[in-house]
Amino acid sequence: MGVPRPPDGTLTLSLINISKQFGPVAALRGVDFAVTPGEIHALLGENGAGKSTLMHVAFGMTAPDAGRIQVGGRDVVLRSPRDARYHGIGMVHQHFTSIAELTVRENIALAAGRLQVGEVLRGLDLDPEALAGDLSVALRQRLEIAKALATGARVLLLDEPSAVLAPAEVEDLLSRVKAFVRAGGAAALITHKLGEVFAAADRVTVLRQGAVTLRAGISEVTRDSLVTAMIGGPPPGREQGAPSRATAMRSTAAVHLGTVPIHAGELIGIAAIEGQGHRELLRRVVREHDAVAFIPEDRTTEGMIPEMSLAENIALGRDEDSRWTRGPWIMWSAVREHSRGLMQSFRIQATSSDAPAASLSGGNQQRLVLARALESEPPPRVLVAENPTRGLDIRSTSEIHDRLRRAARSGIAVLAYSSDLDEVLELADRVLVVREGRVVEAPPGADRRVVGNLLLGIPGSEAVR
Amino acid sequence: MKTLPVRATATAGLALLAGFAVLAIVLHLAGYDALLAIGALFRGAFGSTDAFVSATLVRAVPLIILGLGIALAFRAGALNIGAEGQLYAGAIAATWIGLQVGSWPAPLAVAAVWSGAAVAGAMWIVLPVLLRLRFGVLEVISTLLLNFAAEAAVSYAVTGPLRESSGTYPQSDPIAASARLPVLPGSRLHLGIAAAVVLAIVLWVLFSRTVWGFRLRAAGLGPRAAEISGRIPVKRVLGVALLWSGALAGLGGGVEVSGVTYSLFQNLSPGYGFAAIAVALLARLHPIGVVVSGVLFGALEAGAQGMQREAGVPAVAVAVAEAVVIIAVLLAEAAARRSPSRQPATPVAPG
Amino acid sequence: MDIELVLAGFLAAAVRIATPLLLAATGELINERAGVMNLGLEGAMLAGALAAAIGSVAGGPWLGVLVGVGAGFLVAGIFGAVVIGAGAQQIIAGTAVTMGSIGLTGMVARTAFGPEGPGLTIPTFGPLPIPVLREIPVVGPALFEQSLLTYLSWLLVPVSGWFLFHTFPGLSLRASGESALAARAAGVPVDRVRMLATLGGGALGGLAGASLVLAQVGTFAERMTAGRGFIAIAIVVLGRWRPGGVLLAALLFGGAGALQFAFQALGLEVPYQLFLAMPYGLALLALAGVGGWGRSNAPRELGR
Repeated sequence: MGVPRPPDGTLTLSLINISKQFGPVAALRGVDFAVTPGEIHALLGENGAGKSTLMHVAFGMTAPDAGRIQVGGRDVVLRSPRDARYHGIGMVHQHFTSIAELTVRENIALAAGRLQVGEVLRGLDLDPEALAGDLSVALRQRLEIAKALATGARVLLLDEPSAVLAPAEVEDLLSRVKAFVRAGGAAALITHKLGEVFAAADRVTVLRQGAVTLRAGISEVTRDSLVTAMIGGPPPGREQGAPSRATAMRSTAAVHLGTVPIHAGELIGIAAIEGQGHRELLRRVVREHDAVAFIPEDRTTEGMIPEMSLAENIALGRDEDSRWTRGPWIMWSAVREHSRGLMQSFRIQATSSDAPAASLSGGNQQRLVLARALESEPPPRVLVAENPTRGLDIRSTSEIHDRLRRAARSGIAVLAYSSDLDEVLELADRVLVVREGRVVEAPPGADRRVVGNLLLGIPGSEAVR
Repeated sequence: MKTLPVRATATAGLALLAGFAVLAIVLHLAGYDALLAIGALFRGAFGSTDAFVSATLVRAVPLIILGLGIALAFRAGALNIGAEGQLYAGAIAATWIGLQVGSWPAPLAVAAVWSGAAVAGAMWIVLPVLLRLRFGVLEVISTLLLNFAAEAAVSYAVTGPLRESSGTYPQSDPIAASARLPVLPGSRLHLGIAAAVVLAIVLWVLFSRTVWGFRLRAAGLGPRAAEISGRIPVKRVLGVALLWSGALAGLGGGVEVSGVTYSLFQNLSPGYGFAAIAVALLARLHPIGVVVSGVLFGALEAGAQGMQREAGVPAVAVAVAEAVVIIAVLLAEAAARRSPSRQPATPVAPG
Repeated sequence: MDIELVLAGFLAAAVRIATPLLLAATGELINERAGVMNLGLEGAMLAGALAAAIGSVAGGPWLGVLVGVGAGFLVAGIFGAVVIGAGAQQIIAGTAVTMGSIGLTGMVARTAFGPEGPGLTIPTFGPLPIPVLREIPVVGPALFEQSLLTYLSWLLVPVSGWFLFHTFPGLSLRASGESALAARAAGVPVDRVRMLATLGGGALGGLAGASLVLAQVGTFAERMTAGRGFIAIAIVVLGRWRPGGVLLAALLFGGAGALQFAFQALGLEVPYQLFLAMPYGLALLALAGVGGWGRSNAPRELGR
């Protein structure tokens, strides 16, 4: 199968001088990256740095414009994931690629390219006849790994595998990867979380704007040196005079999440694992209150209409605003003027207010959604944000965090959900955990471990109320 | 709303050209004299002022009205493929009412006929609307199936309740004179053309300058975002759009009866309901564009008759050209979706 | 009136009428499971019917079948090229393909058969009785004195089931219909799979049209398929996208079509337009009834 294996079954994957251009954007510039047996090599970088592109090249999903790929020392050409699999490379994708309507066995069979997969199922603790869609998130992740291994992979590429897992589940995942690597496998771990790098990696490479800025063994780096390599400067500081612990106005609650009251001016962080009901609770808040500003999770399908212009998107949900409507009529010139104002104050970069929203970058699209949410007449009393910084680079993320804090300071009750526990802890005055549809409050000053246990419902962790 | 972009017009022109080209090739392969046939087609449509006014424009009227209804539905994200059946429902109602209003003053009689036709058209689409909203049944299939049911209903009507008094042919008696539309002297062009143009302008204003139109467009272009961020009741918007779509198609049937046929019989429509889909798509769902493409397709239909007369080609062959036009527009839209520089073009086809 | 005779006659007619529906629906089942809804199926059937008529006149019913299948294949090929190859919107493209087929067959039929049509000049398939089974009372003559094409349509039911659920190509096909993204990530050539499924579906649609002419009606008339292709799509929904369900649903529609004869045999007077409209009304009812709990069974990629 593929390149002849050395007798101990190990394989090295080498990406040499890889370059890739998407139109005017240079996604990768002369990148070297090697994954050797017995080690976990972390690929670190912020969103948009080129990590995903490099992995797509490694897995045959994209062809590089220049550079070579070597497996086991021999040059190979990867025209598709099939070729990559053939050469012993497996990928565990960020977004689950199991098919919910098929069983575990069928999903593995599909990945393996044959119907007989009995031996892969052994030792996995997964029910072969269960529908993939019925599995918990952590088990689906296990299925993803099983699929990669079913093809006989000796090199595993893990693309941000912990994005949706609780801390204890992440530990389980990383220990499985370490076991794989100890048995002679090679693994590349793509992530933007420093904690994981220090927890699992033997070696780390940092990408920034498509080029390698740091390559070292794990013992040679510090947190700060990694962050500097990632963003090309010191970590962005907080806005001046903005203590995150705002003095909440202890009057009547502005809104309730479940049974927990939330007051005006508070910035509430919400932590939850997928499927525990946080979305339903949050969206009920949106539905049941007027004067609610909402930043939905999926901006391209829920937050805006890509084919409509920036101005039209601003008018979405604001079509009874007296600034540009008179009875049944809309005055588009007024909408455009307002939009231009928003483009300035929120630093939204676009060719004009008539540009289709699809032509904006991810960060600008999120600014658009945020601008519309915050600048309504009358101003909102509650702001609900679902993963507002997902997929954004560090600077945009920092900017959005500041906006959220500013909104809270101006008296709005802010509910911010993030699947990134660290983000929740950093932002919030109070942390609420949603589990099985119910809301519990984390004790003040709780750290990752405590909140993580609350997420998993581990008994013995203290919760307020 | 922005002015009609150059790209859309160019696409439309190329699509038409493709339609004619394929038709010519097919005619040739089937053994017909393709050049004679295409020439006859043009002569039938534009050969003389009379041809243009009495043949082309007359056929343009139902195509425009139905095309507007289909464009309205498409813009809301709903696929009304049952305009043919709704037209027949409208025609049945129009005939029945037209037979009753002999003693009424003409404007009232015509108003009754037209409103009755529109209501009948809306009623013919009610079932698909309910099926979609309550059971999630694709309106494509349900409206499509009802086309056939409508044809059966017409057959029943003209052999039964609405059969002419002499009982000779399967057709109805002619409707009362007061219900018949005034015509341009010396031609067969009737008042319906004014209605068509007025409707087009009304729809254009609705889409570009009203809240209702904006919400409809948003529901069609991004139903989830419209629901969540726009607080638009997408299901209700869809249902209302479909009902209006059916009403317009029914009105088209009523206009045909009161302006052209003056009675009901089978195969009253040479496939207007399907040609109107091509009309709407070619116009990229723009109401004023529908008027232009309605005239073009009216020319096609009128020309088809000429083609049959002069070159012996069955008129139905023109459906080949219409199909190619639709496919050409879809291909252009697919190509535009792929290109990195996304134009703010009106997405033609929902979904 | 001998009730047994009427029942046997009714069942036989039901099976005969169901055959083209079953063939077309089985074909559509395959491509819908791959994620493609082919509204051009009606056009494929019609083209298959005309091609079969011409082929049979030229060289006997088997040539008719071959040409009919080929015509369906070609029509589906055009649809596939436009929708899968170029990425055009499925529903409208399918409608356009059917429109084009109506125009094309109308034209070609006139050239081939003149304005009156072929009448009864087309060589057809006679019934092929199965020796022992035909002796069974009532059911025997109904089920086992049918044409070869009917037996073939039944055979395709378990064959398609085995293909879909017990082979690797079938698994790839189903994966393509549930999630093209995930299937591609697993290495499935989704576009190629869908194209093959569409071509197969079209071929069966052509076969269905051929059987309509050669084993049921016996002649060709313009627009003779009268929406059977669309009813086949409703049958797939009613059958919950499973071969067995499709068989039952097709028989149901066959029964509805045979009802006309049963009523006539029993001397009941009903306007014939009611029977004309019944299959379509039944299809709507079926869609609504299934809609409540059946839609979740639809391959998720359908209609996207």
